[in-house]
Amino acid sequence: MLLLPAALGLLFLLLPLVALLVRTPWGDLGAHLSTPGVLQALRLSLVSAGLATLLCLLLGVPLAWVLARAEVPGTRLLRALVTVPLVLPPVVGGLALLLLLGRRGLVGQHLYAAFGVSLPFTTAAVVLAEAFVAMPFLVIAVEGALRGADRRYEDAAATLGAGRWTTFRRVTLPLVAPGISAGAVLCFARALGEFGATLTFAGNFPGVTRTMPLAVYLTLESDPEAAIVLALLLLLVSVVVLVALRGRWVGGGTP
Amino acid sequence: MNPTPGPLLSPAAGRPEVTADGDLAAYLRLTRGTFRLEVDLQVPAGQVVALLGPNGAGKTTVLHTLAGLLRLRSGRIMLGSRVLDDPAAATHVAPARREVGMVFQDYLLFPHLTVLDNVAFGPRARGARRRVARDEASAWLDRVGLREQAGSLPARLSGGQRQRVALARALATHPRLVLLDEPLAALDAATRLGVRSDLARHLREFGGSALLVTHDPIDAMVVADRIVVLEDGRVVQDGTPAEVARAPRTEYVARLVGLNLHRGRGSGETVTLDAGGVLHVADQVEGAALVAFPPTSVTLHRRRPEGSARNVWAGQVTGLEQHAHTVRVQVAAPRHPPVLADVTPAAVAELDLAAGAAVWVSFKATDTHVYPG
Amino acid sequence: MPRHRPVTTAGPVLALLLTGCGEGSAPDAGHGPPGEITVFAAASLSGAFTELGEQFEDAHPGATVTFGFAGSSTLAHQVLGGAPTDVLATASPETMGRVTRAGLVEGDPAVFARNSLQIAVPAGNPGGVRTLADLTREELTIALCAPEVPCGAAAAELLAAAGLTAAPDTYEDDVRAALTRVRLDEVDAALVYRTDILAAGADVEGLEVPGAGDAANDYPIAVLTGAPDPDGATAFVDFVLSASGREVLGEAGFDLP
Repeated sequence: MLLLPAALGLLFLLLPLVALLVRTPWGDLGAHLSTPGVLQALRLSLVSAGLATLLCLLLGVPLAWVLARAEVPGTRLLRALVTVPLVLPPVVGGLALLLLLGRRGLVGQHLYAAFGVSLPFTTAAVVLAEAFVAMPFLVIAVEGALRGADRRYEDAAATLGAGRWTTFRRVTLPLVAPGISAGAVLCFARALGEFGATLTFAGNFPGVTRTMPLAVYLTLESDPEAAIVLALLLLLVSVVVLVALRGRWVGGGTP
Repeated sequence: MNPTPGPLLSPAAGRPEVTADGDLAAYLRLTRGTFRLEVDLQVPAGQVVALLGPNGAGKTTVLHTLAGLLRLRSGRIMLGSRVLDDPAAATHVAPARREVGMVFQDYLLFPHLTVLDNVAFGPRARGARRRVARDEASAWLDRVGLREQAGSLPARLSGGQRQRVALARALATHPRLVLLDEPLAALDAATRLGVRSDLARHLREFGGSALLVTHDPIDAMVVADRIVVLEDGRVVQDGTPAEVARAPRTEYVARLVGLNLHRGRGSGETVTLDAGGVLHVADQVEGAALVAFPPTSVTLHRRRPEGSARNVWAGQVTGLEQHAHTVRVQVAAPRHPPVLADVTPAAVAELDLAAGAAVWVSFKATDTHVYPG
Repeated sequence: MPRHRPVTTAGPVLALLLTGCGEGSAPDAGHGPPGEITVFAAASLSGAFTELGEQFEDAHPGATVTFGFAGSSTLAHQVLGGAPTDVLATASPETMGRVTRAGLVEGDPAVFARNSLQIAVPAGNPGGVRTLADLTREELTIALCAPEVPCGAAAAELLAAAGLTAAPDTYEDDVRAALTRVRLDEVDAALVYRTDILAAGADVEGLEVPGAGDAANDYPIAVLTGAPDPDGATAFVDFVLSASGREVLGEAGFDLP
């Protein structure tokens, strides 16, 4: 009963990739890949997605903890708000970031006035845009793991003399580590493919804000074949990184 | 024994001069939903107390208040001269800062830490350096006979081994009071026997006070010096295992220890039961009285028996239950108390016992134990 | 090289967000010329063509014109990908050329307008931009169109002609995106079409650039071979090329050939 829709689902996910592979101009692969901007964009993509994931971990894990543990009214609303970036078109997310952090933005204008700092058109803006879009993935995964975790382990740690922080660090975190790493992998993957928010908030300049998805999109305007090669490269690197991360973090398998 | 420690710990008077080191003095009051807990408890240093009671009696709640995981609404908890909880004075010592160890029901060994690191967790959390904590943990593992398993993850241990690790982990913090929540419930019958006697030995060697929650009377009898019976949030009986076994004070305890128990008013050598009927007893108790007698002392007959037994009446079999080598027969009669009788399977056949069968009950006054109710 | 293949793009989302989507909705007009006409037009044409569409519908009762406005390259991809379209109007002969080479254009495309670049600055000109040379100032935040799209190609040509190397902070992939940066006051200047500046109103000021006319874009329009309504398509193209069409385009700031 389930096999047919499962097979259809798999085909639906895989066939577009097959089409991409079929249309790849394999003969010109080397020439396309050695175009100067390509490696630059790839490196920028990996670095900014990595930093965005780090940012999401630093902010998202505590946020997930609050959502899972806080016994305050309004958690439900808070949880709904956290997932907003999931339903928001990324372009709108980028626009919202611009309206907040742009040099005329709610907060950005004060940053600009006080420090002369303007975030748009910088790599920091790329990281922020990616983190904005990717953080819900991490928060949802970690919150789920925290809810699923047996809180009595924390009680046990407390009776052994561990304070809140020690308990969090030595008991709670390791218990939800699979959830955190799964969330981080999702988060990284989402950040790597981020396009709309980055374009709108950070702009598009080679070496600074032009990540692979932006490079692919722009190349599509002039040279669709080169765009396919870039897309393929992004795909390949993503798969390699994700498989490596999963193997290392998730595959270890805690009971 | 008086079911409550009396004025010893009334919250108003308090008892700041509680003497013996490690003495637990707890006066617990709290409400959770419709459940009310009202328990007074004192445990001298070195004593092992079993908290016995049916499900929902509040046993685990008592442990959690003592560990600091649950807050009192009112009352007081003192360990030695230290006040752990006193809501009136807004005192609540966090679980981490109490000298109270706890063995949880399913042990809650940290699944990501080795056995050694589980045991070393407490000393580490309390500030010991890693090496010192590990040495300490190794010594404890030696003591509970798990040196070989030090490097294993808890998932690889048997139930009995986990229980020993949990005990070592709780004791490694050198608590003055150790709390054990159903420490044997997760074990199968075969393992249970050995683990139970080991547990009794370790708790005796440990030297501090121990409070053990169980719903199994045998565990309580073997491991504990004293049994406190909890029903519906209150202490209904408090005494040595022998006292509890001989003179149960509630239907629940009587059933646990396998006695018939009836409540009434004594006058001379008879007790008039509250639920109807009169029992002849050998001792004299005036006023409120409890009468206990073992089912083995009750004999059943097809016809009215001859002989000296003074408690004799006709009734009807209402149920039979096969036990190990005997059959426990329930007999009911109008104007007489319901009675349990243990008979051999042969007797069941001979007397043609079945639900609804008419039968005569008899037992001697000298087989009863009567005591003030 | 094989000819261009259909390619899926994420473009329309951005393009539609930044430009708005003009569309005519009408009850089913049935067949018989002119009926429902679908026109894909460069983003910079959205104002003028929306106006033209209304006039056309007034002049041809029963006709409905539906527009898809986006970057010219995106439009070319979509037409090459088989979008059922009657008319295509792009902002450069190059983008139209891709469609022509694929054999999807009926006859020869006609140039109906020219658009030249101006420097767009936010109201009040916070960066103090005066001339094209100011676009080389590092301390200013500058947006240009990417060289891959028509307005970017024109900008590159203009800057090269002036012997200048601009210092942009971002390359936008469509002219409206560049203009939006100016409107939001996130950049000090951008090189965009004069028509866009006119349409933007008070938020944006335009500075004439000497020689901009030499680097102006030709806007070609054509009926497509796969047009579901070829008669309607021809009627619409004729209308764009007519005197009333020229008037509307002229008012919007286009140069007329």
